[in-house]
Amino acid sequence: MLTTVLASLLAEIARRILRLVLLLAAVAVASFVLMVNSPVDPISVYVGADIAAIGPQQRALIAERWGFDDPPLERFGAWLGNLLQGDLGYSLTFNQPVGEVIAQRFLTSLALMAVAWLLSGVIGFGLGLLAGVHRGRTLDRVVTWWAYTLASAPTFWVGLLLLYVFSVWLGWTPLCCAVPVGVVADEVDLLDRIHHLLLPAVTLSIVGVAPVVLHTRQAVVEAMESDFVAFARAQGESTSGLVLHRVLRNAAAPALLLQFSSWGELFGGSVLAEQVFSYPGLGAATTQAALAQDVPLLLGIALFTTVFVFVGNQLGDLVHAWVDPRVRRPRLTAGRGVRARALAEEAA
Amino acid sequence: MTTAETVVSGAALRLPDRRRRTLWWIASALVVVAAVVVAGTAAVDTAQATSLTERNLAPSWGHPFGTDRLGRDVLARTLAGLRLSLVVGTLAALVSAAIAVVLACAAAVFGGIVDRIVCWLVDAFLALPHLVLLILLAFALGGGTHAVVVAVALTHWPTLTRVLRGQARQVVGSDYVAIARGLGSSAPAIAAGHLARHLLGHVVVGTVLLFPHAILHEAALSFLGLGVDPAEPSIGVLLAESMRYLTAGAWWLALLPGLCLLIVVKLVDTIGENARALVDPRSVHL
Repeated sequence: MLTTVLASLLAEIARRILRLVLLLAAVAVASFVLMVNSPVDPISVYVGADIAAIGPQQRALIAERWGFDDPPLERFGAWLGNLLQGDLGYSLTFNQPVGEVIAQRFLTSLALMAVAWLLSGVIGFGLGLLAGVHRGRTLDRVVTWWAYTLASAPTFWVGLLLLYVFSVWLGWTPLCCAVPVGVVADEVDLLDRIHHLLLPAVTLSIVGVAPVVLHTRQAVVEAMESDFVAFARAQGESTSGLVLHRVLRNAAAPALLLQFSSWGELFGGSVLAEQVFSYPGLGAATTQAALAQDVPLLLGIALFTTVFVFVGNQLGDLVHAWVDPRVRRPRLTAGRGVRARALAEEAA
Repeated sequence: MTTAETVVSGAALRLPDRRRRTLWWIASALVVVAAVVVAGTAAVDTAQATSLTERNLAPSWGHPFGTDRLGRDVLARTLAGLRLSLVVGTLAALVSAAIAVVLACAAAVFGGIVDRIVCWLVDAFLALPHLVLLILLAFALGGGTHAVVVAVALTHWPTLTRVLRGQARQVVGSDYVAIARGLGSSAPAIAAGHLARHLLGHVVVGTVLLFPHAILHEAALSFLGLGVDPAEPSIGVLLAESMRYLTAGAWWLALLPGLCLLIVVKLVDTIGENARALVDPRSVHL
């Protein structure tokens, strides 16, 4: 018995890893094709401002040195070979290997995204619960209207307004960056970092709140209308008891699933929030790489964010199965999270 | 006066029913959106007219939205930008919806390997964060307005495809399609005769609801400097420019254009949600 469970578990893990590998291969091929076909001239990117001083012979030498004239398939092979050895290439924008840029920048972004993710999850779940329990009343209408409005608001505009009110007008928060300007990295204390993190994180969480509110509200409404809640109410259970013992867990499962599968949106939001607040994370690096035509870094970020989103989805499935025992049985678990997510998207 | 007439006039005095209110919402939102397009078209020239004596003015009666660093009227620029947003949004929503319909129908009608390929394509397009995908595409197409339009149009179909595929599978699995098959209808005939009719409502609603996403993504790309040519007025470009003058206290440059974008997006969303209420009445009662 135990061995069959273990075998099916291993098969499931192998299946998912295969899926990730296939996705990564697709992303790698597709983005490489896009980059090769882009009208950007790699030589002028490499040389930079001195391009006017470069003659045709020097051009040919540079092209030969970096293999710019090789057939695309050969270049792809070379890139893939390096990639498999863990070498993502060199970023000219940051003058550092791509792997290092992504690692450093991602850690900076991680603080921002983690705070925003927790904030939007907790606030969104709380508001959704309130709205669902008070369905049809003023509170519900206000919360729902607010969530729909937020869903229509551009992230960067919300960020600009917060920046104006809190940094320019009230002067409570710093204007930019992750650390105070002109201070040596070792002398920056945690309080300073939090102070700089506050506004970008709030921006990112405000926009992330809307879907959580709407989904939680819907799950709560469905649970409140179910037979088990009707029976409990008939037995004299109070509303708070109903929510605590019968509804909470039912609403938590879809909210958690959604929150984990929204890592892609979270990263997209951080690209915009980091641009507004000049926060030096991976999102800002993505924008810089595209503006500076830094192809190796863009390719690296594409692959990295694919893994990031995939990990979020897998964690979502795991947590969903943990909170909702109905999806836990091994055979049936496969794809159940995917289906639930599709349903959630349909509802949105 | 007969009894029947009394009943009719009595009905006219009462509040309109929900269906009529829904239709009224759709109609008035459409009128406002159309007005924005007309006003935006009229404002294209004013949007670029500079006046160096009237730089960075706060909102006043002459310039309700104030002026920017070159003395251009921000209201005219906002209207022109909204028009651009609506054009990009319409194009993107139509192209993406067309892709979604073809893929979803193919998946449902042919099933098997085609279905698996479509599902895998959807997964592959959702594997990257949407904004990163847009940045890659816009970069590969060399930037500029046409690059944004193409990038936004080609990436908004996956979620709609998933929804439509679910709906289409229901139809294909139903008894009447089985009977049609038994009577010798071909796959294209089933797709046209049974599927298309059932899906029409969902497609219309899905298309309208794609619209806000497309508009916001266009604005985001332009804001990052990877989208619409900075010389053209677009809401994203306006907001990116406003960032430099925010510390100087020019709040109107950021607040008002963004608010207008929010209102237009919410209007289109209202149209979509109300249309959904007509097509799928069950969704209203949730």
